[in-house]
Amino acid sequence: MSSPTSTPVGSKRSRDDIPVTPSSDGLASPPSQRRRGQDSSNGDLPAMPTSPATDIASPAVHDTSLFSSPRRSGNFLPSEVDMSSPLMYGTPSSRVEGTPRSGVRGTPVRQRPDLGSARKAPQVDLHTELPSADGAVASEQAAGQKLVIWGTDVNVGTCKEKFQRFLQRFIDPTSNEDENAGLDLNEPLYMQKLEEISVIGEPVLNVNCSHVQSFDADLYRQLISYPQEVIPTFDMAVNELFFERFPDSILEHQIQVRPYNALKTRNMRSLNPEDIDQMITISGMVIRTSQLIPEMQEAFFQCQVCAFSTRVEVDRGRIAEPAVCRNCNTTHSLALIHNRSAFSDKQMIKVQESPDDMPAGQTPHTTIVYAHNDLVDKVQPGDRINITGIYRAVPMRENPRQSTVKSVYKTHIDVIHFRKTDEKRLHGLDEDSDQKLFTEERVQTLKELAAKPDVYERLSSALAPSIYEQEDIKKGILLQLFGGTRKDFSQTGRGNFRAEVNILLCGDPGTSKSQLLQYVFNLVPRGQYTSGKGSSAVGLTAYVMKDPETKQLVLQTGALVLSDNGICCIDEFDKMSDSTRSVLHEVMEQQTLSIAKAGIICQLNARTSVLAAANPVESQWNPKKTTIENIQLPHTLLSRFDLIFLMLDPQDEAYDRRLAHHLVALYYQSEEQIEEEFLDMAVLKDYIAYARTYINPRLNEEASQALIEAYVDMRKIGSGRGMVSAYPRQLESLIRLAEAHAKVRFSDKVETVDVEEAKRLHREALKQSATDPRTGFVDISILTTGMSATARKRKEEVAQALKKMIQSRGKTPAMKYQQLFDDLRGQSEAAITKDMFEEALRALADEDYLTVTGKTVRLL
Amino acid sequence: MRMWFVCRFCCPAAQSNSNPEWEAKVLEYFKGQLREKESHSWVPSLNDVPLHYLKPNSLVKFRCLVQDMFDPEFYMGVYETVDPSTKANVLRCGKYKDVTECGVDLNSRNTVTAERQTFYCVPIPGESPWAKEISFLSAARVVPSTSYVPSRQKRSYEEDDDDMDTQPQKQREPHTGGMGETPQIQPHGNGDSKRQETEAPSSQTTAPSDCSSHLDLNFPLPGERGPACLVKVYEGLDSFKLNDTLEIYGILSVNPVLTVLGEEKDPSLLLLNPTESMETPEEQRAHDPPASLVPRLHMLYARPLQHNNPLLPSAPTEDQSAFVSSFLVEMASVRAELLAYLTHVLLGDGLAAEYLLLHLISNVYTRRDVLPLGKFTLNLSGCPLNSYTERLYQIVQQLVPCSYRLSMSLHTMNSMRLVPKKDYVANRLVSGALQLARNTSLFLDETQLEQGQLDSSGVRNITALGNLISWQKVDYDFSYHQMEFPCNINVLVTSEGRSLLPSDCQVPLQPQVTPPNMEEYLTTIHMAQFTSQINKFRVYLSLARTLDYSISDEVTKAVEDDFVDMRKDDPQSVTAEDLHRMLVVARLLSLSLGQTTLSRDGWMRAKHIDMLRRSRTEQQKSLNGNEP
Repeated sequence: MSSPTSTPVGSKRSRDDIPVTPSSDGLASPPSQRRRGQDSSNGDLPAMPTSPATDIASPAVHDTSLFSSPRRSGNFLPSEVDMSSPLMYGTPSSRVEGTPRSGVRGTPVRQRPDLGSARKAPQVDLHTELPSADGAVASEQAAGQKLVIWGTDVNVGTCKEKFQRFLQRFIDPTSNEDENAGLDLNEPLYMQKLEEISVIGEPVLNVNCSHVQSFDADLYRQLISYPQEVIPTFDMAVNELFFERFPDSILEHQIQVRPYNALKTRNMRSLNPEDIDQMITISGMVIRTSQLIPEMQEAFFQCQVCAFSTRVEVDRGRIAEPAVCRNCNTTHSLALIHNRSAFSDKQMIKVQESPDDMPAGQTPHTTIVYAHNDLVDKVQPGDRINITGIYRAVPMRENPRQSTVKSVYKTHIDVIHFRKTDEKRLHGLDEDSDQKLFTEERVQTLKELAAKPDVYERLSSALAPSIYEQEDIKKGILLQLFGGTRKDFSQTGRGNFRAEVNILLCGDPGTSKSQLLQYVFNLVPRGQYTSGKGSSAVGLTAYVMKDPETKQLVLQTGALVLSDNGICCIDEFDKMSDSTRSVLHEVMEQQTLSIAKAGIICQLNARTSVLAAANPVESQWNPKKTTIENIQLPHTLLSRFDLIFLMLDPQDEAYDRRLAHHLVALYYQSEEQIEEEFLDMAVLKDYIAYARTYINPRLNEEASQALIEAYVDMRKIGSGRGMVSAYPRQLESLIRLAEAHAKVRFSDKVETVDVEEAKRLHREALKQSATDPRTGFVDISILTTGMSATARKRKEEVAQALKKMIQSRGKTPAMKYQQLFDDLRGQSEAAITKDMFEEALRALADEDYLTVTGKTVRLL
Repeated sequence: MRMWFVCRFCCPAAQSNSNPEWEAKVLEYFKGQLREKESHSWVPSLNDVPLHYLKPNSLVKFRCLVQDMFDPEFYMGVYETVDPSTKANVLRCGKYKDVTECGVDLNSRNTVTAERQTFYCVPIPGESPWAKEISFLSAARVVPSTSYVPSRQKRSYEEDDDDMDTQPQKQREPHTGGMGETPQIQPHGNGDSKRQETEAPSSQTTAPSDCSSHLDLNFPLPGERGPACLVKVYEGLDSFKLNDTLEIYGILSVNPVLTVLGEEKDPSLLLLNPTESMETPEEQRAHDPPASLVPRLHMLYARPLQHNNPLLPSAPTEDQSAFVSSFLVEMASVRAELLAYLTHVLLGDGLAAEYLLLHLISNVYTRRDVLPLGKFTLNLSGCPLNSYTERLYQIVQQLVPCSYRLSMSLHTMNSMRLVPKKDYVANRLVSGALQLARNTSLFLDETQLEQGQLDSSGVRNITALGNLISWQKVDYDFSYHQMEFPCNINVLVTSEGRSLLPSDCQVPLQPQVTPPNMEEYLTTIHMAQFTSQINKFRVYLSLARTLDYSISDEVTKAVEDDFVDMRKDDPQSVTAEDLHRMLVVARLLSLSLGQTTLSRDGWMRAKHIDMLRRSRTEQQKSLNGNEP
């Protein structure tokens, strides 16, 4: 701000050109650079921090071993070890001295309350050295002396040097963070980021701690243990580097380094006294944010007598009010001028442990977090975030009037970096955001399990062991839990393909449908359980509400959105109102939810699998009716289910016996026996999570052929009888199921076995749900059109018969409805119900052959 | 006397810092002492003794339910003070204490920060008056030393004005002996002696339960009384769960410093000191209530309670197994008496009485994935109106140690909070009526429900009750998400017709007698029982629940055959659910007779009574069907 902003734009651009060319030079010589980097990290690093002697020795090593410019060896400065720019080599001394003046010096330093507040006194005493070390000149001195900051093993010079080296050399070719999108992965990552800063002008450099760790473990340890000391050093280093490179950049304030992803702590529960004053990363959910608190950084006092002014810095939350005016020696004449004091923004944020991290039966912990300056208002209640910050413990304020103090510390975290974890859920793929970390052994056991030939059967029997048999249904649900492979065709304009498998269970009451739903809901991390009776369209999708505190309109998401990437279990699906059900159409095929409410128009992702349970309308399943007739659901919705299972009471003796055995066993077996028999629920959970994150099977050639054949066969079956028995939707279902089955096997390829199982399961489900009760054939049109082909044929026949009858009567423009019905009944061999008659009339009316008005039928 | 050991262990260790095991030793010592026969009854209980009679910094016990768990806090485990007169630095121990001595050197490098957690504990919700009374009496009788000096008329338990007058003299001696050594922990003697002086006169005017009214102590049930307590837990934090019932032995801390409730809040300090603005006033009220109302208890040792029946030995020791085996002998006879009693109460309906008995000993003994096994929710339909259900509840209350009657009137369903909800402003879990201890009898009185509109909270409450009955879980409301807490609550629903709530078993009541005056009838039945008899019933009900149970292979086979046969006869009416229920009935029936394995007879009996019950419901159905 205070830097000379008068620099004409044109000149700035022309100057900018200069660094561009060297960077292209840098591109030309990456091998030498990289080798240097390797050398130093292998050979020099252990020796580096110990003494200045190695500093001198190391360039010598470089010179002999590498073909670097000979000019470098002469005025080699530790701070510019790796200047790859030839410009630097050309005029090293003038550059080094010139740029910091116009750059680092010219740009105001912004205080970092996130690092500074609540220091312990003995540290502060010796710390005063640190601010004095700020700036280019002092850093060189510091590099010369091998002093460490009191109470730590941090040497400012070495630390700075290491960090600069890190910035210049760190390359992460396997990076998949979205922040690094558009950056060249084979170039030093952070140098590109610095370039970005020079273009965008946002003086913040986010540094991934795992990068630091992989580059220099010692530096990482220091960063974690002494963030308060190390981060300012990093700031210094990065500013020097930046202004050397982009000497004419104008920034609002000096660049601040924000490390994130410290590996120290993951869970709020594991915070303990050892973490105090260390850098930690925890995850959690924001539950409350305070209003902005202006925190005084510097107090401005003015003498009431002589108008002499003085500034006092806030030290540990207190201001030492000067008692005597230095100018006129009047006592108690100084008054605080609020307007001229310096304040910084501060916000208190309460973060609660995320529900997944909690042990069962305990309440979630909360932590207080302070955000400073531009981190204020970055997060909202309800956000799931990863916080990197410094853990603080402040003793209770001592009251001089009291002899005793509470012996408790107040703890909080001074935040350095926020990272929203659910931010990405709104766009694109996010599988990595909720990646669970598996230990080596766990992965090993999972893989061992996957290698077993009967893993599919094992897993399906481990699913809801308390529910008896229904193996195909369990297998179907198991495949649903794994899901298909997500495919993206958005470039060709078709958008995402649904990878989620939807399942409908219908059947007699009391066949443990709800229990199965409950089990699935408990098994998956992002499951939702609703009952059709109790939920409205709004409850399923999203609603807009006014936040009582901020008076802001907030979009509250409903069950479907909440179960994004999970499973939404809907019980009593048939009891749902039509309007509620209609929202499911979009969700179940497009996997999105469009909302236009109270001025908020948006499309939310709802990539959820639906597991629904429905009861037959007549309370007992009527085997003489079709599925549609039994559950009275619109066929448009029904066709969106990949698998529809009937859960019927089989009523045969062998089954009864097995059922009885199973139930009795449930009541007398001890815990250990069950453990032996079935897989642990936790293992199952991990297995599914692992497969979902790491396994993305693709169809191989044979499998594709098999699928094609299967589809053609399905079409053929029906075409023989003039019916269509498969639609592309069924093919898609088959593909999904085959993929899911491959996932169960931890296989990256979908093979013929997978297709076979998918076919079998699909057939089983069809056999149960799409059998035409009149003919006994599988007829997919029951699901797709709501009426079996035979029924449709009969309808046509009746209409034709009626038409013939009317025609045979000759010219009678109007007829009695009831009489016509009776006549038709008398004429026809088959029984004709009133419904059928009416349908036939309607069909003829559609043909414009006749009209029905009240009780009379008129010919046209 | 016991406290003396704490300081003996604390002080030298803090000074030398050489013996890190002292903490373990302290705990060992206390556990050892408390294991000794009867020794735990020497410790005064916060449940029974009004707070102002208890010595600060003395060992007390508290029978309670963990209502909420606060965030862990860091405290000064060891700190250094500077003696103003000698300028000498002294190391002190901060464990088991709330406050530090004066002149803490905050910058000392010897300071050790340690971690502890605070639990908000309330007396077991719905504890029956008889359980409170008996545990109080038994404690008072055995007590050779309690450190309070009760003068009769001041106590809030006026019921027992007998044998207490002999106590005070006996108590005084050991107590003063013990206190002679206490100054070691309190070199400045703050509060301690002063407390005695000031508290004595004031206690005459205020009973502790009276002052609790203006501060919300967050009891799960309305109308509860008793002290709530902030328990500081040092060890084994993970072993405790929300809603656990515990008997906690710990050091009482009621230092008035804790009560400083921001009275002297300086606005300028508030702006500058970050620690002040951290907490909202609501949060402060919830987390730092006045110590005189919500005392602090520093836990030394906690014993999880399997039951809170004072008539039963609580610890699973040898004398308990001896007690069990001796009681098993008379189990059958007690059962018969109890059955007769319940039959009278249920207006001569023997079958309903049988089912009620089974219900009262039911218990969720395990969970198979989501399915709770052993729950037995009973729906007693066809209850006479007027005050019958109320009287019935009173009788149930006399039998079980924990119970609550929820009158399901439209107003209560719409207005009452059943499900606990997290209050983020005060940062605490606001309790609800379904936050109950294990094996609490929840008596849902549906006869009180009238026609009318349930609002959204009413629907939520009904759903919560339904979930409780079907899955034995309560979904606590954490506003951004729900958390499922499994529970183990015996639900009894009384209704006119079939209940709108699900139930495991519905029994229509068929009164054999129609007394002209119901009140009088029930009162006379109740009065006819001797206390010793009632006590036997109480022991019986609690004990039958704890027995082990198994089914032999042979009987398993028979049961399977039976089921297959039943299905053959009538596949429509016998379903898997019926088998579930009959297995539970068979289990409870065997246990009620003191049999720990299912016999063939037991199974047949279970089948038989279930058949009777079913025919009765059928009959009821057809009756209703005939009505226009």
